Amino acid sequence: MAKIHASKRFAEKSSKITTYVILTIISIIWLFPFFYLILQSFADIQNTAYNSKSIIPNVWTFDNYKALFTDSRVPFMNWWFNTLIIAFFTALLQTILVLMTSYALSRLRFKGRQGLMKLILILGMFPGFLGMLVIYYILELLGLNTSIYSLILVYTASSAMSYYVAKGFFDTIPKSLDEAVMIDGGTKNTVFWRVIIPLSKPIIIYTILVSFTGPWGDFMFGKYIIQSAGIQPQGYTIAVGLQGLTTMATNDLYGAFCAGAVLVSIPITALFFWLQRYYVEGIAGGAVKG
Amino acid sequence: MTTIQYLSLTKFERFLVNFGNFFRGIGIGFVNFFKRIPNKLLKLWHKILSPFDTIIQAWKKGSWGVRANFLFMGFYQITHHQIIRGVLYLLFEAVFIWFMIAAGGPYLAKLGNLGTFAAKSNTYIDDPSIGMPLVIQGGDRSFSILLYSIATLILMLIFVALWYFSIRDAKSLQDNNRVGRYAKDSEFFHDILDSKYHTLLLAVPIVGLVGFTVIPVIFMIVTGFTNYSGTQFYLFDWVGFDNYAGFFSGSSSSGLVGVFFKVLAWTLLWALLATFTNYFLGMIVALLINKKGIKLKKLWRTVLILTIAVPQFVSLLLINQMLAGSGVLTNLFRDWGWISGAESAFDNKILSRVLIIIVNTWVGVPYTMLICSGILMNIPEDLYESARIDGASPFKMYTAITLPYMLFITGPYLLSQFIGNINNFNIVYLLSRGAPSMGMASLGYGDVGETDLLITWIYKMSMEGQDKAYAVACALGVLVFAIIAVFSLIFYGRSNSVKNEEDFQ
Repeated sequence: MAKIHASKRFAEKSSKITTYVILTIISIIWLFPFFYLILQSFADIQNTAYNSKSIIPNVWTFDNYKALFTDSRVPFMNWWFNTLIIAFFTALLQTILVLMTSYALSRLRFKGRQGLMKLILILGMFPGFLGMLVIYYILELLGLNTSIYSLILVYTASSAMSYYVAKGFFDTIPKSLDEAVMIDGGTKNTVFWRVIIPLSKPIIIYTILVSFTGPWGDFMFGKYIIQSAGIQPQGYTIAVGLQGLTTMATNDLYGAFCAGAVLVSIPITALFFWLQRYYVEGIAGGAVKG
Repeated sequence: MTTIQYLSLTKFERFLVNFGNFFRGIGIGFVNFFKRIPNKLLKLWHKILSPFDTIIQAWKKGSWGVRANFLFMGFYQITHHQIIRGVLYLLFEAVFIWFMIAAGGPYLAKLGNLGTFAAKSNTYIDDPSIGMPLVIQGGDRSFSILLYSIATLILMLIFVALWYFSIRDAKSLQDNNRVGRYAKDSEFFHDILDSKYHTLLLAVPIVGLVGFTVIPVIFMIVTGFTNYSGTQFYLFDWVGFDNYAGFFSGSSSSGLVGVFFKVLAWTLLWALLATFTNYFLGMIVALLINKKGIKLKKLWRTVLILTIAVPQFVSLLLINQMLAGSGVLTNLFRDWGWISGAESAFDNKILSRVLIIIVNTWVGVPYTMLICSGILMNIPEDLYESARIDGASPFKMYTAITLPYMLFITGPYLLSQFIGNINNFNIVYLLSRGAPSMGMASLGYGDVGETDLLITWIYKMSMEGQDKAYAVACALGVLVFAIIAVFSLIFYGRSNSVKNEEDFQ
């Protein structure tokens, strides 16, 4: 009897150890690129002693970070503030529009509701960037094409397309609450402000987080507007600017790319971890409802 | 087949039966879809007829005020206490007429042949060898004609709808007057906060949607029937189905057909592999982290979430650099003898494809892990308890309890992942840029590579390089849509969460 117990405990212990080993290996694989990025941002790539085969730089330097603030080809501060402004206003407007659309589609029953939802589903199946030509033409017509801030309009205009997660959340709020308000003489407007919004803190934070971090990573639309309108480097967004550094003919700004990437990632990652709980709730809930 | 018969089959036979049923289900679904068409058409016919009926009734039984509405939208409303609503109708009519005279009409008239006069004078940039006309004076521009015509047609549709609503509204106001219920402007404000609240909420989102998504998509579909190249800004023509024919006819070894089917096959293979590797690896990682007695759960999860937090272009461009000609991983592969000479990791077709799938798991597993974690914790513990008593091995428990449960709940998620992967632009474009090249750049449809998906091929065709083939790219975009639509029709309609939307509430 004791023998069986011992062997069972041994089996449990060994399976636990295997799990820890696997998890450690997984963590190393997942963290490796970021370690490499941070180390490379301190590497003196111009130096002849630089060895591209080794992970740990053999010549350490702060030059890459200095270049971001001194090199005229890399107006990093401008990029950073451009993107911050775009992200701020996109998050603000997009969140409002997404909440409005989701509430209407979740709670109100009107003619064409199903049709609108089907239309959005179908529109989502087309490759969006083929429309960039037309979007740019419309921006030109409105006289907005010469500024990168027109991206705010581009990002927010299609807000209705991302109603799914918030609608899924609104669907789970009991309808009896609405009815209680309506009996007290409230309107659908009162329901929206007094019932839905106060109960939706997690989904509001999720929407803000997703729409705020989006512009930091998107380069396709930004690049197209910049190329078409011939915007100067001071007007770039961070994604377009940094992407440009990796595709330059001369490779001397690769270190600056690494340093810049570190400086973008830090605030975004911090924000993300601060609001992690809401993000996890959002995507997990959205996926289950499909 | 009865249940008893089914149970008497061996496992393999059961699998075959299920497999057959699945595909027969698709067939029956399609047949039913077509069977329903006549009935639907009949309903549609009645729906189309009813507005005409309303209008005829309004003309016959309406007062002169209502009839004046046929010409001046909002006339009846203005003269009957609903001044704001009436003025809005009238204003829209005025703007519409002005637009039709100033732009809509002239452009629409040219839609048939997309303009006939080429631009008369081109002023070149200092260096004529660039060949880009800076100023184009006079002449027709097919691009503008097409775009304005689409916008005009949409505006005309809206106008007809609003015209109809104004008449219907006037008629019902008149009917209400007869029984002593008079309209007030304040009712209008109350309505848009209550029974018509959706118009207030959806007005701005829909305007944005029409302007920046619907019109571009319609333009894209229509351009697929022209020979617009994307670089020239003067004249192009309708070519019918020529762009589509290019994908399905001609020599299969050297022409567009061969490339198309090659890229299509890889796209589908990629979507399948990417979806399932992510799904199973993500689930396994989630199982490991959520295993009983494992400590530091939060730490393991946080490590993985870092991949989601760091902007994708940063991590993908970084991995791209690691795998480039002199990258740190390329050097490693060279030492192992996987690649030779000055090649980069992406010069080898097989290696390039495998790497993309591996990096995709690096990107995608954290998402799946997060989604699965929540669901795994919801699986009733007593299922495992009884399985353990029966002496089931961990692997058996996984295949008999965990997997079926997960597949049942995350079915729709798997489908959306599959579709997302067909259109997964970022990973291919930022990582391999489609390399290695197929050497088909001379065809004039972009430098398509072995790892290019349809979506990145479309991008190369329409946005990159000097010789663009925008119209062909648009046709290809429509084909991608068709592929996705077919997959969605087969699977999406069968998922419960779509069928029973109202049940959740």
